[in-house]
Amino acid sequence: MQLEFCGLSKQFGVHQALRDVTLTVPEFQALAIIGPSGGGKTTLLRLIAGLEIPEKGHLCINSQRLESDEEALLAHRRTIGTVFQAYNLFPHLTALENVVLPLVKVHGLSEREALDTAGALFERFQLGGHAQRRPAELSGGQQQRVAIVRAIAIKPRFLLFDEPTSALDPEMTAEVLDFIVELRGEGRDLIIVTHNMGFAREVSDYCLFVADGEVQDSGHSSELFRNPRNPLLVNFLAKVLRY
Amino acid sequence: MKHLVINIDGQPVAVAARIVSWFLVALLAAAMFSFAFSQLQYGWEWSAIWQYRQKFLQGWLMTVIISAASLVASLVIGLLTALARRSSFLPLRYSALLYVETIRGTPLLVQILILFYVVANAFGVENRYVVGIMTLSLFAGAYLAEMIRSGIESIRDSQLESARAIGLTRMQTYRYIIFPQVVRQLIPPLTGQFASIIKDSSLLSIIAVSEFTLNAQEVNAFTYSTLESYLPLAAGYLLLTLPISLISRTLERRFHFAT
Repeated sequence: MQLEFCGLSKQFGVHQALRDVTLTVPEFQALAIIGPSGGGKTTLLRLIAGLEIPEKGHLCINSQRLESDEEALLAHRRTIGTVFQAYNLFPHLTALENVVLPLVKVHGLSEREALDTAGALFERFQLGGHAQRRPAELSGGQQQRVAIVRAIAIKPRFLLFDEPTSALDPEMTAEVLDFIVELRGEGRDLIIVTHNMGFAREVSDYCLFVADGEVQDSGHSSELFRNPRNPLLVNFLAKVLRY
Repeated sequence: MKHLVINIDGQPVAVAARIVSWFLVALLAAAMFSFAFSQLQYGWEWSAIWQYRQKFLQGWLMTVIISAASLVASLVIGLLTALARRSSFLPLRYSALLYVETIRGTPLLVQILILFYVVANAFGVENRYVVGIMTLSLFAGAYLAEMIRSGIESIRDSQLESARAIGLTRMQTYRYIIFPQVVRQLIPPLTGQFASIIKDSSLLSIIAVSEFTLNAQEVNAFTYSTLESYLPLAAGYLLLTLPISLISRTLERRFHFAT
């Protein structure tokens, strides 16, 4: 897939989260967005997800402009799978019901078809034993995997991950990251905001470094991580890779 | 004696300890009341009351009907008000706030008098039963509105965010995400509210709604047997409120699930 930002700006109160971002991201399969906290990377992802409306500018996904009215954004959100940091699942529904709900209510599948689709995905990703459990009865890693299953069940155009492992301990982190690597192996397009540099480097083919509300640097991941030139990025990588 | 003391709330209590404790409580209550009544030098006259048993029963049934009708109506009012309180249209939001604060800030007795003698009179509503049910519903509705609103607001933002991300509309989010959770939370306080409505309906006696309390007052007026009229009254209310209170506690335990 391919992205284009044209003068994208987003403000929260007095905080300027993104400042006039203009950039063309060439064809990629997995895009990593890295950078310090509060630098604007999550905001950028949320704009792509259609969860926020930019004050100024617009963005194009595969050369198609994303309109800013709620109707267009709703239609847009229905075609992509988004996974947040934590608490993606609805606590009153079982894992299976969480996956079935959007299939039936948003995508018009019959109850039967939805259950078949969801059930097959649970089996395929070794979650079968957890289908009937409520989120509170699942570990954080299992919850995230169910959330990812919910995202892929709708056959999305691409997947968005907003720091999907920051709320997890290392063991669960690995289980979720393995899952994402597996999805990439299937050839799915994805964009991921992450603090995990090793993972970003491993999984992505293109990378954006976002800090102070701007895309400070971007490039093919192999190149960017091996040979960072932007001083801010050098500084950032030195800091996060120190330990 | 030390078997009657529990250290942690929620620890299992031995059956024997329960029985002994309840026995002690009953003994104490019985001692207190028999002392109070023995000081009274009261000539009990139950036979006069027995003749009016139909009147008690009719009043009791009327109380049940009024309370049930008020509960249903107050639920509708409470739900609409809770939604209005969250409306993006400010005049609607403020009217709901005004209603809730006015009702919660004034005594039910005053509301009954004003609604019956002023409002109902002005609009030509003559049926005092209708006015009674309306008043009770408006009264309970204000409290329910606040319960429902706080229930809606207790749903985490992250859930609303997930609902948006999977493409649910606002209506669908209310229907499939918010309400199912609010209803679960609401069942225990709702049963409590029902018990309150039952007790509060006794105040309708002042506008001559022929419910349980008014009928007991009338029997007293006919027979001059005050205590014989009012003790069955207390028992009649307890007969309704105690089971509700027990159900409420059971439901509270059942619907308690971690989020």
